Amino acid sequence: MNRSSALALITVSLLASACSNEANTNLVSGPDPKLPAPERGLFPSMKIAEPSAWGDQKPTVPAGFSITAIATDLKIPRQMLVLPNGDILVAEGRGGSAAKLKPKDVIAGYIKAQGNTKVKGGNRLTLLRDADGDGKYELNTVFAENLNAPYGLAFANNKLYVANQDAVVSFDYQAGQTKAAGAPVTITRLPAEINHHWTKAMTISPDGRYVYVGIGSNSNITERGMEAEVDRAMVWQIDVTTGAYKPYATGLRNPTALAMHPETGQLWSVVNERDELGPDLVPDYLTSVKEGGFYGWPYSYWGQNVDARVMPQKPEKVAAAIKPDYSLGSHVAALGLDFSKPAMGAQFANGAFVGEHGSWNRDNPVGYKVIFVPFANGRPSGPAIDFATGFRDANGKTRGRPVGVTVDPRGALIIADDLANTVWRVVPSR
Amino acid sequence: MSSVTTASAVYSRPPGVLHTILLAGSVSLFLGALLSDIAYFNTHQIQWSNFASWLNAGALLFAGLALVFALVNLVRAKPKAGRPLNYFVLLFVTWAIGLVNAFQHAKDAWAVMPTGLMLSAVVFILICITAVLALNPRSGGLK
Repeated sequence: MNRSSALALITVSLLASACSNEANTNLVSGPDPKLPAPERGLFPSMKIAEPSAWGDQKPTVPAGFSITAIATDLKIPRQMLVLPNGDILVAEGRGGSAAKLKPKDVIAGYIKAQGNTKVKGGNRLTLLRDADGDGKYELNTVFAENLNAPYGLAFANNKLYVANQDAVVSFDYQAGQTKAAGAPVTITRLPAEINHHWTKAMTISPDGRYVYVGIGSNSNITERGMEAEVDRAMVWQIDVTTGAYKPYATGLRNPTALAMHPETGQLWSVVNERDELGPDLVPDYLTSVKEGGFYGWPYSYWGQNVDARVMPQKPEKVAAAIKPDYSLGSHVAALGLDFSKPAMGAQFANGAFVGEHGSWNRDNPVGYKVIFVPFANGRPSGPAIDFATGFRDANGKTRGRPVGVTVDPRGALIIADDLANTVWRVVPSR
Repeated sequence: MSSVTTASAVYSRPPGVLHTILLAGSVSLFLGALLSDIAYFNTHQIQWSNFASWLNAGALLFAGLALVFALVNLVRAKPKAGRPLNYFVLLFVTWAIGLVNAFQHAKDAWAVMPTGLMLSAVVFILICITAVLALNPRSGGLK
């Protein structure tokens, strides 16, 4: 592991541009980001996270909040679900089976792996319980195992839904249960060939009738061929009783987390956009997901900005592309989304928490934090606020990488950290 | 066996078997890369671009090893000026442009084009000239 960490910090400088890539988030985030012209030297700009342990350090949270690790030594925690009795389920795993098609895939795959955990994915759900309400989750037990890279989680009507990388499955659930009673039932198979982007994000309609599943593209920008993109880069709506599905919205390159706005019932998603167009393209975004909407991928980004790397082009699709609602900044790699609840305190009562895994395609790293996007009237209403930071230390080493963020209605934000294999819990101080 | 030294100082012989295989092999590999690029340019079928990337990488391996032979030849040659130096420099330039082409082919999808196709064509022409210079006995071969 030490040997690999020595290799981890790999900075490939651009041949063409020596421009400084200061992370000026004011220009690149919000509803109307400034979009520079695409650029790509002979090499993409890169800075891979150099992992380092937290030790006794913790992420930094706003004044009036405290943070503790409620579970450690997990096997790649990704997304979480708070059950009605307050138990927390954590989905653990790593998926994907994308073949290396070009020499580039061999080299880039090795380099990017240096910034991730070396732990093997658990392919399981872990249940955490704090029975006496003291903030310590004394019970840490395996709820279900032998899953296939579980990611999205949802619960309604005594059913627990799990989005594996190849199928939505369900478990019957009784309050207080700590272990699944049996093997899960498959509701619907999901597109799983190649699984370049394997995470299957999921949320559920307020009435529990439909789950919505995010299915990422099978490439960065169609370099695995258009045939590989059938049923990809979209959100499916699945009827949980029949398993019938339909594309709900398309052109969403990698919708990595979905959530229902609690007041409006509107589906929202964070989406990871395409790489290798420069340090400040293309913004990852937070958007409401309109039924039947097309959001551009692969033909265009942020509305009608054509991506020349896609051949043949489709001007009619470009013209139809919806501009997303809110830029999070390019390459931040948003992987977590949940709407807040009043128990989080006045400043953070109304808005969305977003977990940002952090960049690779940028000399000056961005992301590596949890932010809060304030909402009013069901829409983003102002600049994002840092909520949990310090995942990169002062020496530029990376101690953690946020993935899923989940609001506990009793007043806590749960953060999965898939580099430190830890679940963090942020609570307002009493 | 004893070698016969003629009155002429110019003593020409073809490169060794391995050297010949590496150099001639890189000609056909660079040609394969060029043809694959042409096919991708015409069809937009990504697999042709994948073929081009690997064929170019294979050509760089062959040409890179041939370059080692060329360097050894250059070090041993007396005099160095003329064919040994020309061959080495040509092969080096060919290989260097081929390496740039490999990075160009590491771009995603149509970002390879049209620069990748043009570089493949330039590299193929260069490797042909280089190989003829090195392998044609009537041009003297290597010294």
